Amino acid sequence: MTELPEYRRPWYHRWAGLLGEPRRRWRTMDDRQRRQAGIALRALLVIVVFAIAWPLGLLVLALFAAQYAQPYFPDRYAWARRALLPTIIAIVAVTYPFYNGSLGEMRLFGAFPDVNTAVIMGVYVIMAIGLNIVVGYAGLLDLGYVAFYAMGAYTCAWLASVQFAKHDIKFGAVGVGDTTPGIHISIWIILLAAGLLTALIGIVIGLPTLRLRGDYLAIVTLGFGEILPQVAINGDDLGGVNVTNGPNGITPIDSPGFFGLNFQSGSGDFFTGPRLFFWFVLLLVVVTVFCSLRLRDSRLGRAWIAIREDETAAAAMGVPLMRTKTWAYATGAFFGGVAGAYFASFKSSTFPNDFNFNISAFILSMVILGGMGNVWGVIFGAAFLAYLNQEGLANIGHSLNQTFGTHLDVPLYQFGIYGAIIVLVMLIRPEGLIPSARRRAEFHEGVSDTPLYDAQQ
Amino acid sequence: MATDARPQQTSRLRIGATPVFGTLLVALLLFWLGVNLARTPSDFLSVALEGLTLGLVYGLIALGYSLVYGILELINFAHGDVFMLGSWISLSIAAHKIGLDEGSSGLALVWGLALTLLVAMLFCGILNVTIERLAYRPLRNAPRLAPLITAIGMSFILQDVGLNRLGPAPVSVPNILPTSAVFTVGGHEYRWASLIVAVSTFPILFLLIWLVQKTRQGKAMRATAQDQEAAAMMGINVNRTISFTFLIAGALAGVAGLLYALYSTNIRYDQGFQLGLIAFTAAVLGGIGNLPGAVLGAILIGLIQQFNEGLSWHAPSSQWTQSIVFAILILILVFRPEGLLGERTPEGG
Repeated sequence: MTELPEYRRPWYHRWAGLLGEPRRRWRTMDDRQRRQAGIALRALLVIVVFAIAWPLGLLVLALFAAQYAQPYFPDRYAWARRALLPTIIAIVAVTYPFYNGSLGEMRLFGAFPDVNTAVIMGVYVIMAIGLNIVVGYAGLLDLGYVAFYAMGAYTCAWLASVQFAKHDIKFGAVGVGDTTPGIHISIWIILLAAGLLTALIGIVIGLPTLRLRGDYLAIVTLGFGEILPQVAINGDDLGGVNVTNGPNGITPIDSPGFFGLNFQSGSGDFFTGPRLFFWFVLLLVVVTVFCSLRLRDSRLGRAWIAIREDETAAAAMGVPLMRTKTWAYATGAFFGGVAGAYFASFKSSTFPNDFNFNISAFILSMVILGGMGNVWGVIFGAAFLAYLNQEGLANIGHSLNQTFGTHLDVPLYQFGIYGAIIVLVMLIRPEGLIPSARRRAEFHEGVSDTPLYDAQQ
Repeated sequence: MATDARPQQTSRLRIGATPVFGTLLVALLLFWLGVNLARTPSDFLSVALEGLTLGLVYGLIALGYSLVYGILELINFAHGDVFMLGSWISLSIAAHKIGLDEGSSGLALVWGLALTLLVAMLFCGILNVTIERLAYRPLRNAPRLAPLITAIGMSFILQDVGLNRLGPAPVSVPNILPTSAVFTVGGHEYRWASLIVAVSTFPILFLLIWLVQKTRQGKAMRATAQDQEAAAMMGINVNRTISFTFLIAGALAGVAGLLYALYSTNIRYDQGFQLGLIAFTAAVLGGIGNLPGAVLGAILIGLIQQFNEGLSWHAPSSQWTQSIVFAILILILVFRPEGLLGERTPEGG
């Protein structure tokens, strides 16, 4: 028998392999070693975060301590065990507007995010959780998610501005004068209406297209995501009717509020506008997270995950493919619509140029960075990237330019940076920073996703 | 098999909604074109010629999408941006390094353009191979959507490279090709520049078909497209074959970049995204993976675009072009995903 020639690896494989080395070593460890390694990694993380800013470090340390303390709660106080982490997070989040001014500066990242930025972060978190239902749970790549966001924003604009001045409908709107023409409906009702309408749009788009294979579906959604903003741009003369006011957008949009308290103007030093918007977006995020988690564990959610893992097997087990996928689409669209409507009301305006493909890819990169399928990861990814987009990149660019004496306009290259994040995450850690265990197994064991429905029918 | 599979149609007399709808749509389109032809024949002809030219330029980009899709079933999002960088390098070589402009003619023009073409092809080819090496190859066994997502990320990175090189505003390219009229249709000139650009697509298409159908390398490509494992067992170096395909696709993007810069005399850092999607639509329309189909689809898309923008009777005009192209894309993908030229296997094998 002849000897086979030895397979010679190229020189760079050794170095490229180092990237995969920790994972291989992790697999060979036993539980005790894993625990120790976990503690060491956490300590490293805490040190790094402390180096950036001490309050953040303290927060991360507190979270780890709470997690560490969890098993030591006696069984009688099981409720306290479960409530510990959420309580810490809730207290830190709700009181954020009171202390964010006195936190000082972060290294490299500059000042802590403003309350307005925090509102935008919250809105993006909702959108990312919505997209996570489509991409993370059901495994359908949606490249036109911005269409749902746009739909929500325009629904809000139509129902709460002077756009349709011929009509005069008022219902529960706060801070609108009696003589102001147009449709003015309470934002709280609009949020729900926008979500439902967007979900309907999602079903209408989904019914003919969800039969398609994964990559074709992605392209079709991209097409819808490109068509809708163009309709918005050209919508100032659709058959003679000014629907969207064209490139000038619709502005101003009413503010949410209750009992005569207007969110945009606020009331007094305590209930300022941004704070009210911030607290309410927190509430929305909590509701979204709750719905998302409950949906994941429901019959429908398990069907989504089954379809993601193996469409053929899921169909053989009696999962109705079309209905399940359409529900995923509609649910994701619902959250996109709610977030879009709230965002429009927060900005008090909506412009067609806010809704291009870049935003879809931006939200997708949030989901990918955080970890497809894991709500906590997605929250982190969305908050972090939204912060980078609003303030972080400018601050980082500023501190880098100061350190190295360069004149690089970092925010100009934001989408290239998000692109690089997408590529790096997909190559190095496709399951995201905080992965869901199932998703990780899929990526590493190469679970096939050969679809049942081929494009050729 | 599936619980919600479509019910089998038992009666042979029933006609599905799809052909009826499609026929109606095409009939309506033809009626609209006919009325326009009857009202303004000379406008119609010149618009059609411009559409044909534009379509042939799109065809070059579409070929690149089709090649890569044919072999890897990957929608190479970054292809449009490689094309954009091809335009950029053509501009910087032809106009800035060699110094071609409106005045240059004769031998200098021919040699200068040939050199530019060579550099653009090499640059884009090598760029494309590098992208495949770094971003797609490690994900070859990952779930199918992973490389698609990476391709989107890659596209953004390349777009920002273009943004860095070209700046956010459109950059104008000098009229290097002669702009005198070849002939005149009803008062509209058809320029030499357009003619040269248009006819260059055909030799490239034929060369490509020859390469894929007749050569040993083409055989390897077709085999790899059919079944990578089996091809590897037959002694084909799959990695090298795929790299070769990306090289060819990149070189095509380079040619397209040069020709587009010469034709439109205006390049932009985000042209790759727009034109890339249009070209992808063309490739899907013609039947993705099918080389003549890509050019055919591109010609149709070019014609539709120019008719839409140039005709006078009830034309939606340029503000709707993008929506129309994407509507075509969606309709084709939903109703006839195999495209116009039927269900031929990738690479026409």
